[in-house]
Amino acid sequence: MSITAENPAAAGAPAPSSVPVEPEAGTRRLNTAKALQEAIASQMEANPEVFVMGEDVGVYGGIFSSTTGLLDKFGPQRVIDTPISETAFIGLGIGAAVEGMRPIVELMFVDFFGVCMDQIYNHMAKIHFESGGNVKVPMVLMTATGGGYSDGAQHSQSLWGTFAHLPGMKVVVPSTPYDAKGLMTAAILSDDPVVYMFHKGVMGLPWMAKNKRSIGAVPEQDYVVPIGKAKVAREGTDVSIVTLSLSVHHSLDVAEKLAGEGISVEVLDLRSVVPLDREAIAATAAKTGRVIVVDEDYQSFGLSGEIAATLAENPSSRGAAFSRVCVPDVPIPYARDLEYAVLPTPARIEAAVRAAVAG
Amino acid sequence: MTVQHAAAPTGLAATERVELLRTMILIRAFEEAILRDYHADKKPAWDIGAGLIPGEMHLSAGQEPVAAGICAHLTAEDAVTATHRPHHLAIAHGMDLNRLAAEIYGRETGLGRGRGGHMHLFDPDTHFSCSGIIAEGYPPALGQAFAFQRRGTDRIAVAVTGEGAANQGAFHESLNLAALWKLPVVFVVEDNDWAISVPRASSTSVPSNADRAAGYGIPGARVEGNDVEAIHAAAGDAVARARAGEGPSLLEVHTLRLWGHFEGDAQGYRPELAEVPERDPIPAYEQALTAEGVLTAGRADQFRAEAGQRVGAALEFAKSSPTPSPEEALRYVFTEGAPR
Repeated sequence: MSITAENPAAAGAPAPSSVPVEPEAGTRRLNTAKALQEAIASQMEANPEVFVMGEDVGVYGGIFSSTTGLLDKFGPQRVIDTPISETAFIGLGIGAAVEGMRPIVELMFVDFFGVCMDQIYNHMAKIHFESGGNVKVPMVLMTATGGGYSDGAQHSQSLWGTFAHLPGMKVVVPSTPYDAKGLMTAAILSDDPVVYMFHKGVMGLPWMAKNKRSIGAVPEQDYVVPIGKAKVAREGTDVSIVTLSLSVHHSLDVAEKLAGEGISVEVLDLRSVVPLDREAIAATAAKTGRVIVVDEDYQSFGLSGEIAATLAENPSSRGAAFSRVCVPDVPIPYARDLEYAVLPTPARIEAAVRAAVAG
Repeated sequence: MTVQHAAAPTGLAATERVELLRTMILIRAFEEAILRDYHADKKPAWDIGAGLIPGEMHLSAGQEPVAAGICAHLTAEDAVTATHRPHHLAIAHGMDLNRLAAEIYGRETGLGRGRGGHMHLFDPDTHFSCSGIIAEGYPPALGQAFAFQRRGTDRIAVAVTGEGAANQGAFHESLNLAALWKLPVVFVVEDNDWAISVPRASSTSVPSNADRAAGYGIPGARVEGNDVEAIHAAAGDAVARARAGEGPSLLEVHTLRLWGHFEGDAQGYRPELAEVPERDPIPAYEQALTAEGVLTAGRADQFRAEAGQRVGAALEFAKSSPTPSPEEALRYVFTEGAPR
């Protein structure tokens, strides 16, 4: 088992302090999936203890292209296709991490967590605490989230609030190619278990509707996007949208559109749900006085309520006007018209912004 | 592929046989001491959360032969994953008694600084872990075995569940994956007849869980009689196979839960309760070794005295250790040790 004081397995990885943090994006453009693959490949090259495991991560390259090309580069000993046995292989990742390896394990759709949740929240998330800090679990659990392509109630959820509610795992949710690479690098280097949730709609996949922001500038060198730091994706003065994942893209589209009408929208991309950058939330609320949370997860008992509580608890943001655009508490429907009626679409976001500035 | 190990095999040296007894005596001494403290301070009004040792307490008395027989083949470099009833395996695998006791007493000097408790013991020194969730200790054991295999070592993982847990999905997924990848694992089922109050006949579709090994193409063996030497022999085969890179095995041991599922369990569901004390494996083994002339007069008493001293010192260490500071309750969620 790896102990807290030293972890020789991590020695091959570049120390975070030697890595330029958040370099300029440069001019090379990648889609999010490629940026993600690049982060994994680079860390696998740097550290032989890093490996990838999951269903269809090998020849197929990941159902959402999270691992494309890795098998050719690293072979089947390090890019490992598993049986459809999430409990067994996620647990295997945990045990390997306890022994000092650095597994990246893919749970194909986050919706499948029900078949393996005990391994995730009772083992991956708790072992460090139960051991009084004596055992580390440096593992990345990577999973696809989100709806928008008629995949129905069991393949379209976001659920980051569920994972964030249970202590012991960090939860990161990139929206851009740049952040996807930097957050994956940070997740692999982290000595904590990290749940890395990529929305299918931000990956820039050729077989899904693409937002222009799913392709963007990504540095070739390694860099770390710190876990737990939100980013102001667009400055504004009239209203703040606090959001994450695909909803960042929608919010930026809405902000661009409304700028023409003189409405100035600030967009805060949370990037991490655990830890949550509460200071950044309070700061944007204090700046604009109006907060709209846009969240593709279910409305009740989740991230949007947590942000409301954050605003209420912080003296500088208390009293800010608050509203939310979330998935109402209903399973994601199949039929396109029904699904888009519940997703946080640009139209719903725009209406919320107009209501906020009118109020 | 199922093999029955009915009779005690030969081949163990006298010193090894005596050592098995000595291990079992140490485990029993530890648990009897825990039992005394657990109950003594819960009188007169029994409150499970009160006293020197709070919470549920699952003692393994009667199951010592499983731990002694299997762990005799292991070094501290091998991993052992136990259940919510972990003490016998922890002690037989060489866990530091002081840190074990301190964790049970919820002290800062415990294995988990009082965060884990007796069902959640994690010891990097002996690669020991356990889980309070039925069968769910199996998958992480696969990962330890995977790491050992990848590093080209001959280290192995031993994963233990109860017979009730063998009906869980995690059990079957783990057997399949370990067999598929030839992981160096010895899967052990401790069949003590009772999944809390439910007998094996009411929970399990086959007479022996060892039969289930065939479904995964691995060897399965069931050892009857709670006989430490028979367990030692069967475990030896499985351990050797795992160390040689030939993959996992499944070993079911028919053992005995001498006491309740947890302390405070009146066991009204147990028709054979009156005969249970007669089936205690420790006096039986002591008598057998004495009758064969392997155990000289006074040796067992000497072991008991020595165990009493070690256990007494461990409990003293635990009870004199500080309780964790309430201000530190939020530490160790993440590696920084800082609250979220």
